[in-house]
Amino acid sequence: MAMRQCAIYGKGGIGKSTTTQNLVAALAEMGKKVMIVGCDPKADSTRLILHSKAQNSVMELAAEAGSVEDLELEDVLSVGYGGIKCVESGGPEPGVGCAGRGVITAINFLEEEGAYDDELDFVFYDVLGDVVCGGFAMPIRENKAQEIYIVCSGEMMAMYAANNIAKGIVKYANSGGVRLAGLICNSRQTDREDELIMALAEKMGTQMIHFIPRANSVQHAEIRRMTVIEYDPTNPQADEYRSLANKIVNNKKFVIPTPITMDELEALLMEFGIMEVEDESIIGKTATAA
Amino acid sequence: MTAMTREETQALIQEVLEVYPEKARKDREKHLAVNDQSVEQSKKCITSNRKSLPGVMTIRGCAYAGSKGVVWGPIKDMIHISHGPVGCGQYSRAGRRNYYVGTTGVNAFGTMNFTSDFQEKDIVFGGDKKLAKLITEIEGLFPLHKGISIQSECPIGLIGDDIEAVAKKSSKEMNKPVVPVRCEGFRGVSQSLGHHIANDAIRDWVLGNRDTSAFETTPYDVTIIGDYNIGGDAWATRTILEEMGLRVIAQWSGDGTLAEMENTPKAKLNLLHCYRSMNYISRHMEEKYGIPYMEYNFFGPTKIENSLREIAAFFDDTIKANTEKVIAKYKPMMQAVIDKYKPRLEGKRVMLYVGGLRPRHVIGAYEDLGMEVVGTGYEFGHNDDYDRTIKEMGNATLLYDDVTGLEFEEFVKRVKPDLVGSGIKEKFIFQKMGIPFRQMHSWDYSGPYHSYDGFAIFARDMDMTLNNPCWSQLTPPWKKAA
Repeated sequence: MAMRQCAIYGKGGIGKSTTTQNLVAALAEMGKKVMIVGCDPKADSTRLILHSKAQNSVMELAAEAGSVEDLELEDVLSVGYGGIKCVESGGPEPGVGCAGRGVITAINFLEEEGAYDDELDFVFYDVLGDVVCGGFAMPIRENKAQEIYIVCSGEMMAMYAANNIAKGIVKYANSGGVRLAGLICNSRQTDREDELIMALAEKMGTQMIHFIPRANSVQHAEIRRMTVIEYDPTNPQADEYRSLANKIVNNKKFVIPTPITMDELEALLMEFGIMEVEDESIIGKTATAA
Repeated sequence: MTAMTREETQALIQEVLEVYPEKARKDREKHLAVNDQSVEQSKKCITSNRKSLPGVMTIRGCAYAGSKGVVWGPIKDMIHISHGPVGCGQYSRAGRRNYYVGTTGVNAFGTMNFTSDFQEKDIVFGGDKKLAKLITEIEGLFPLHKGISIQSECPIGLIGDDIEAVAKKSSKEMNKPVVPVRCEGFRGVSQSLGHHIANDAIRDWVLGNRDTSAFETTPYDVTIIGDYNIGGDAWATRTILEEMGLRVIAQWSGDGTLAEMENTPKAKLNLLHCYRSMNYISRHMEEKYGIPYMEYNFFGPTKIENSLREIAAFFDDTIKANTEKVIAKYKPMMQAVIDKYKPRLEGKRVMLYVGGLRPRHVIGAYEDLGMEVVGTGYEFGHNDDYDRTIKEMGNATLLYDDVTGLEFEEFVKRVKPDLVGSGIKEKFIFQKMGIPFRQMHSWDYSGPYHSYDGFAIFARDMDMTLNNPCWSQLTPPWKKAA
């Protein structure tokens, strides 16, 4: 089977890294060869696989060595649970430099050094928050990730972000082969969350590939810097990730998304009672005036 | 070829515009005009200081070029750091022929390239730490420098390096001025914004530095603003002003120093040559310090005489009397130059395309030699430049703003001037077309052209270019027969 490259996007704090690592652990358990490329200056995309605080990142090591040309692949590539290959692009601390360029440099380095070998079944890119500049779109450009999964929840801002990311995908879908492969709902236990995300997915022309219920076991595992799959393989939550992994392996629904307008999104939220029907008379009125 | 009529010139413009797609034609149309001396405001006939069109060959530079290359670069006792990748600094090093007196590496640094030489990691992690280190190293290696300017290249504006913080901190440590300049190349439409940004940086970080220090003034203190001492221009200017009895306390910025700039607010009058690149700081000094500024023109004896009298009018009778003496002294010398060269140049037609001042300022010098400027235009002029140009140019002559490669070539082919004056990029195109050419940015490695001394050289250079025997050898014998 040819290598499949997938990128995981979603609003900041939605649980992209946790979901990705548990999913990847489940794939590894199935015998798949997988690599994770963390595309976030925080470099926390591989800690549950490697049981480490934060992996030495490509950019960090490049800065130490002088330039990225001075690095070897084995300097930056670590192997963790289930033979999963882990790389972090890394980047600056907040407020300085250009994190987007860091992602571009790191991915180019991986390509040149042959990190994408034929043995791999899957490569997962775990990408920072929203798509903020061209650098963070690097994983979905030509010859990189063909499938995009968006992690979201039933909260308004998460859905808003998912829709925005879909807009970014449209741009690259039209110029290349990248497709939206589904929404992963990482539950926040809001009302009728699964139905809401299914409705949103339908409007966007895609699917809710899996609904991951909220479970404390994820936290318990995380404290030990482990995935649930590794920490407690018999836990029902582990089965949820296995189920997600299975669906992704068998996924055939790759689409150019149809992002919806702000009005449509609001209408959807109102339909599900997340947003009140707008009362025009209160807009712009302060507390004292009302 | 006799002079073109207004209709012919207009038809020529239309014909050249013909090849453009409609959108480009509409845009370029606004930048091309037939001169009409009766027009008071140039905005009625020509558009300027707008973005160049993609796909045409513009001759413009960038904001970094305007700041580093033009305004700051010539200040000889400061070190100008090109902050960013290595190329910008290397290609703007010592290329403009700003003459200076000093010892390189000791008290003059204009021919050296100081750069933070950005690598990938500096883009990703930011370059401010490297910049701070670079400044510390400079202070150790070149302790006699008087201050530092940080010239931002494009990436600095993208990655958000806090160069102001580095400047303040290292300035405190060295006890010397460190000036951050936000002249990223992508800002604005040409080098013109770079001049403005550089002027503002001088205003904010330099000008007030000596406001409270003692300075022995005289009633005759003037400055030369906007003379970059190309081939010694500012020196030729300075000697004449001194002969008038004035004291030149600062040269901006050709052969200039930081101390001169800092003392400029103590002058009685600022003399402004390059209006385009330094009107901003001149206006500021007028508003803040009440120092009047005067635009003058030191190209060719006619303009020089007018300017000298206008300058003298600011001062007492002693200066006025001296000025008349200076004029009387040089008049016969200039007449000798004119007598020698005018017969060889009379009636010759010139087309110019230069930066922001010379397209209008050198017209008088050509006219003194009996030559006529039949087309002119600015790379980065604004409408106040064209306002000042309309009266200098004859009726029905061509004005072209931010001219494209195609337009310039076509205009020259049709107008058939005897001489074209422009820059290095244009030089060989026109020479290959068989048209004599002078570089009017660098004076073609000659100069000075300013002031009385400069006019003699200017006249000689125009003659040796125009009347060079090579032009009669261009047609091969087998084509002559036909």
